[in-house]
Amino acid sequence: MENIAGHKSALTWVTRITVLILVVLWLIPTVGLFVSSFRDRDDISASPWWQAPFPAEQTFGTRVAGEAVQEGGAFVLTGSIYEGSDAQVGAKVVAFGISRSDPTGITAGESVDLKGGGTLTVNGDGTFEMRTPEAPSAKGQRVYFAAAVPPEFTTGNYERVLYSNGMAQAFINTFTVTIPSTVIPILIAAFAAYALAWMEFPGRGFLIAGIVGLLVVPLQLALVPLLRLHNDIGIGQSFVGIWLAHTGFGLPLAIYLLRNYMVGLPKDIIEGAKVDGATDFQIFTRIVLPLSFPALASFAIFQFLWTWNDLLVAKVFLPSDSESWVMTRKIADDLLGSRGGDWGILATAAFVSIAVPIAVFFLMQRYLVRGLLAGSVK
Amino acid sequence: MGPLMQGVLTILIGVFGCVGYFYFSNLVLDRLIFPARNDDAGRNINRANAVRPWLFLAPALFALCLYLVYPVVGSFWRSMYDRSGDVFVGMQNYKNLSVDPEFRSAVFNNFLWVLIVPAMATFLGLVIAQLTDKLKWGGIAKSLIFMPMAISFVGASLIWKFVYSNDPNIGMLNAIRIFFGADSPIDPLQVPFWNNVFLMVILIWIQTGFAMVILSAALRGIPEETIEAAILDGANPFQIFFKIQVPQIMGTILVVWTTITILVLKVFDIVYTMTGGNFGTQILPSYMMEYMFRDDGRATAVALVIMVLVLPVMIWNIAQARKEMR
Repeated sequence: MENIAGHKSALTWVTRITVLILVVLWLIPTVGLFVSSFRDRDDISASPWWQAPFPAEQTFGTRVAGEAVQEGGAFVLTGSIYEGSDAQVGAKVVAFGISRSDPTGITAGESVDLKGGGTLTVNGDGTFEMRTPEAPSAKGQRVYFAAAVPPEFTTGNYERVLYSNGMAQAFINTFTVTIPSTVIPILIAAFAAYALAWMEFPGRGFLIAGIVGLLVVPLQLALVPLLRLHNDIGIGQSFVGIWLAHTGFGLPLAIYLLRNYMVGLPKDIIEGAKVDGATDFQIFTRIVLPLSFPALASFAIFQFLWTWNDLLVAKVFLPSDSESWVMTRKIADDLLGSRGGDWGILATAAFVSIAVPIAVFFLMQRYLVRGLLAGSVK
Repeated sequence: MGPLMQGVLTILIGVFGCVGYFYFSNLVLDRLIFPARNDDAGRNINRANAVRPWLFLAPALFALCLYLVYPVVGSFWRSMYDRSGDVFVGMQNYKNLSVDPEFRSAVFNNFLWVLIVPAMATFLGLVIAQLTDKLKWGGIAKSLIFMPMAISFVGASLIWKFVYSNDPNIGMLNAIRIFFGADSPIDPLQVPFWNNVFLMVILIWIQTGFAMVILSAALRGIPEETIEAAILDGANPFQIFFKIQVPQIMGTILVVWTTITILVLKVFDIVYTMTGGNFGTQILPSYMMEYMFRDDGRATAVALVIMVLVLPVMIWNIAQARKEMR
């Protein structure tokens, strides 16, 4: 609108900066999860994820021992402090110490007096020199040091999550729940939507209103009576049960979306086909169904995201043993409880579970947006 | 047979069953019941066409009645019975609810959620939709803000655990507090009242993208002339936004608002994953899950309460739909 009025104000810049800040705010939590999933467990508790690209300071403990060389009345022991400690060679020693109570009291490069006489010097690159009046004991001298460890990114969390945590099974279960729950309602809904859009019969308006009403019925109402019904007819808590449940719960939206789309198809084509003697079944399968592909895709994406992300229905309609857990359940009821402190595993499990929907989202965004618009704005 | 094979089989049965049902039921109707032959041809075609819609609708209607209509009645009926389901107790479950302090706090918190989440999500969505509209890279910005829509509530909760953790090396909120001079980390999820707000932020984070996408389309649908006229009359951008654009998309804003309101009344995952309803963060859906499997009588009573809360929106939606059809 600034352009129409013929001047570009400072407002444009304010707009740009505001949007940039908002986008960054919106992304930060997800980026944090993503970065954390590639960090080692120790790194995660040593430094925040936004400092992951920078070296993190960690404290190590080790003993220095070995053959000392006699040099003018003193025994001199030299070597690298990294040997025998957990620190990698790339680390940079910042400070060191010889007592547990003050592990990092001396700056790297300076010397400290040892209890039994003599001095110890630890340099920044990890080399040390110990001068003692007598030969050092075989046990060695206790040394603590703080080192800046270069950032290390690993896929170790992913290996742990996928191979040893039952997450792979949960991943397969999620797929098993999702695909039939997405495919089955589409056809059922498409036929019904066609009838509601293009066939004349008494009670049609009433049915459409009913479906609009059912769109907002809380799922919570369905849980208890339907689980009981499933138990009575022998389905019980099973995959078949959850497929049926998701099909039933997805139908109102499917019918509503598809009907709204089908009503907008050009009348001439359908009436023309009728005049030419096509039956409703033929019109539906040969003309309406292929033309409705965008709406079918919209609903498929909705239903896929919804069933993939669902926790409530999976908790109630699937068996409660860990063999049939889907990922949301695995994370919410298992990982968060028993591994509440293992942030690496948590981040990785969460990322595994959101990777597929996010991929679907970015690939099919066009259809998702179209579906949203058809569902809410008319 | 593994669940995976079972799934493939179910898809095949489902798809071919559907196609087979529709094809053969149409065939039977046209060839056997009302054949278009002999003297009755005309009348039979009409009769067949009167029955056909119901053939098309039958599977969907059956599933809808079984999975959505029957449960309303079934839940109501079940809520009149006690924990075991054998003894009829009338309204006792509802009476118990009304005196349970946890239920009262759940209702209060849910009220806060309904008040704050739809308002904030719609407001932010509207502002972002308007701001990004003029930018070259607005599409990318929108896409990134829209992304949380694809993330499960459980996944989103975990993402935000990394923001709310009381360890300043993990939780960003505490890191910021300490950066600005706080001496010790707090657990944001245990701060009374505000922990509710922190949980709401997660849902606002998810739903803003939804509001933004729909409102952005609505803003684009506004006739250009109205805006041009306002500019010629010397209106500033804020006046144009609040006095010209917003009033024209009020209907859509209302739709977005109510859609998010309905969602707020149903989402239990966030509270369940983040606090388990502790520290005074209980809301109705998570309160219900606490009693699910343990006391179905009470659980269904809570579900009915949620239904009653949804009812006004449902009626409004139906009224709107009927108006559009005319």
